[in-house]
Amino acid sequence: MINLETPKKFDLLINQAHQVSTEIFRPISRKYDRVSSAEPGGPIKELDTLAALIDGMNSGGEGGTGARGVRRDSKGEEPGNRNGTNMSSVLSVMEACWGDVALVLSMPRQGLGDAAIASVASDEQLERFGGLWASMAITEPSFGSDSSAVSTTAVRDGDHYVLNGEKIFVTSGSRSNAVVVWATVDKSRGRGAIKSFVVEKGTPGMEVERLEHKLGIKASDTATIRFTDCRVPAENMLGSSEIEDAGDATGFAGAMQTFDNTRPLVAGMAVGCARAALDEMEDLLGQAGVEVDYDRPAYVQTGAAAQYLQMEADWEAAYLLTLESTWMADNRQPNSLQASMAKAKAGRVGVEITTRCVELAGSLGYSEHSLLEKWARDSKILDIFEGTQQIQQLIVARRLLGKSSGELK
Amino acid sequence: MSGRNRRGRDAMGVGLAALNRISSLSVIDRFGLRKPLERAVFEGSRTGFRAVGAANRTFAAAQKRSKPSRPAAVTGRELFDLNPDDDQKLITEATREFAVEQLRPAAHDADETCATPSELLKRSVVELGVTSVGVPAELGGMGSERSTTTGTLVAEALAYGDMGIAVACLAPAGVSTALTLWGDETQQATYLPAFVGDDVPAAAVAVTEPTPLFDPFALATTATRTASGFTLDGVKSLVPRAATAELFVVAAALDGRPALFLLESGTSGVQVEAEPAMGIRAAATGRLILQNVTVPAGALLGGGTAETYADCIRLSRIGWAALACGTGKAVLDYVIPYVNERTAFGEPISNRQAVAFMVANIGIELEGARLATLRAAARAEQGRTFAREAAIARRLTAEYGMQIGSNGVQLLGGHGYVKEHPVERWYRDLRAAAVMEGVVVL
Repeated sequence: MINLETPKKFDLLINQAHQVSTEIFRPISRKYDRVSSAEPGGPIKELDTLAALIDGMNSGGEGGTGARGVRRDSKGEEPGNRNGTNMSSVLSVMEACWGDVALVLSMPRQGLGDAAIASVASDEQLERFGGLWASMAITEPSFGSDSSAVSTTAVRDGDHYVLNGEKIFVTSGSRSNAVVVWATVDKSRGRGAIKSFVVEKGTPGMEVERLEHKLGIKASDTATIRFTDCRVPAENMLGSSEIEDAGDATGFAGAMQTFDNTRPLVAGMAVGCARAALDEMEDLLGQAGVEVDYDRPAYVQTGAAAQYLQMEADWEAAYLLTLESTWMADNRQPNSLQASMAKAKAGRVGVEITTRCVELAGSLGYSEHSLLEKWARDSKILDIFEGTQQIQQLIVARRLLGKSSGELK
Repeated sequence: MSGRNRRGRDAMGVGLAALNRISSLSVIDRFGLRKPLERAVFEGSRTGFRAVGAANRTFAAAQKRSKPSRPAAVTGRELFDLNPDDDQKLITEATREFAVEQLRPAAHDADETCATPSELLKRSVVELGVTSVGVPAELGGMGSERSTTTGTLVAEALAYGDMGIAVACLAPAGVSTALTLWGDETQQATYLPAFVGDDVPAAAVAVTEPTPLFDPFALATTATRTASGFTLDGVKSLVPRAATAELFVVAAALDGRPALFLLESGTSGVQVEAEPAMGIRAAATGRLILQNVTVPAGALLGGGTAETYADCIRLSRIGWAALACGTGKAVLDYVIPYVNERTAFGEPISNRQAVAFMVANIGIELEGARLATLRAAARAEQGRTFAREAAIARRLTAEYGMQIGSNGVQLLGGHGYVKEHPVERWYRDLRAAAVMEGVVVL
């Protein structure tokens, strides 16, 4: 029974996230954008209290909020249509990123590493790593989008793996207390030998080398982490220890499947950030005497109203594609195609909308008097991390055309 | 042409114009081309053809009910859900099959001749029930609830076969939906029985007018109050099956505000002329010319309220969006095997990102537009506000529908530009989704 409204059972959750955005994120948004997280400043104190609150919210009731909501839990499943934690997580992320993307990325225990753990960890591991705040460490200086080019090594030594290599662009890599590291157990065996390891902070041989200065999401720290003979317990490896053929769901393919769950989250971030800009823009247009009329053709309205209508339409497409991909995840349907469609549309629309709003708002939008310029800077990363625009298009194209990565490079 | 390109005719221009007239005559005489010329004149007169409206049957109220019947708003949709219900699955599959097996093969000729075979029109009524699916059972139809999403799925499936034929099939359904939603008990009793049988009249909701920057909320067509009813004056553009239609719902400004009027085509002062367009030619579009046309007081639909009229416009925009989604999907499904099989520089052209990314973007924008269209439809049938969502579905299909049509041709290169492939027709058809108002009221 076709219905594209979100269920009432999530209203409470959405409202909570909205209240947090309005009352906590927005008031400190500018402050933490100016105090660069590249300076060692420690945790954002306002967020610690909030994280505790969110832990409490997650512990009961239906509808997960954060990164852990992406676990495809098969327990207690009722037949028929489901709206579950994939959807509720993304809805709350949208609301939270309407507040501030960078602060959401800095939320304790809400890292993408947590989403990875939730996606592929065994029940035992989930129990053991449950309280961690885990960052995701994939990218290396020599590669970005090509995740199969991992050169960080993990060599088995008794009950441990020994990690060597350098990881860059680790979100919250300085503040988090664990990192999910992608490393190869046998470089000659290709992507089937790439495994992910949970490495807790304080493990000897793991060092945060430096933090990046960035265009946006400045409140979020972005770390370079070096592993030098870093010994990690073998049971910290996520998924099976076998070196698999391509297509096995627990190793590299499994790690890649994490993206099916995290890409909708990032798409949701872009959707939330763009909505913030649109809402602000609507107010500014109102002050300028421009009323947007949905019934009359755009071409008989002002140019600004016409642009707003186009932005609103593009936003809606991104929003609905994002919801579709989470709905499919909740209903155990393969959603790689839809997750990439959502990420591609939301990523580019997020940049288009936020930058267009700056243009329309003029110096008011370009100056630091409003948050529009910040959202325009923040949104750019959302078209890059968790797979760039171009990678999403590659994935969508391969799926639609039935092509392998060897055929369509 | 470094900017605005307007020049008056100068001496050279006058000479060239004269030369053109002379040479065309001498060419005709030298090569004996009199016959083609005559044919051109004939074609010209055919497009200029003007006749009084068709008048076949007499509509009369039978078994009038004490109050109008309305389908109930859909309730009980709590969860987000993209699965059609069982009835919707059945009708969508049947429609899709009909579209693929019957419409697609007929599309080329229907486009060329500006006519949909009557057999297909009849089958859409008899086998798919396009005009009765939204009409309540007590009025002889098949529905009990609002059926905007079902209508969306059907329109999409039909347009997957061919948009022009889909418009021809759905035009009477637009009128039966308007009567169902806004007709009073007399209007319903008079006209609806004809739409639930097997012999459904050609009919159309005529809103569009031939003016640049057309705004359906600022109509040039007027309705003037008289002692016994109204007088209608104005011109309606691109009305499907105009020459054969027996009933119109005409949008006209009454006291400066837009309203809908029922108009039987045999009424004195009604004239139609052919108006073939860039696309949707199978819908046999025509102009409806109204000069001092008298209609009774009972012709006003929905009490002439602003909300009735706005809903009509919004529902038809959902309809055009649904059609664009269907044709857009036809483009996607056509270009995929083509770019996979077509080789250049030693490999399939789809191995190149420049080609593959165009296909990806067709997929992405089409899915986004489709979801937006479904959201608008689902909100409408649930009795929620849907002005915003209908406008968004319209904007997305106007913008990306055309982009998809253009890229469909582009991906086939020169082969896409010739009529051996349907993509050039889809290019022409998809532009309609931004231009047309009315007609496909869901």
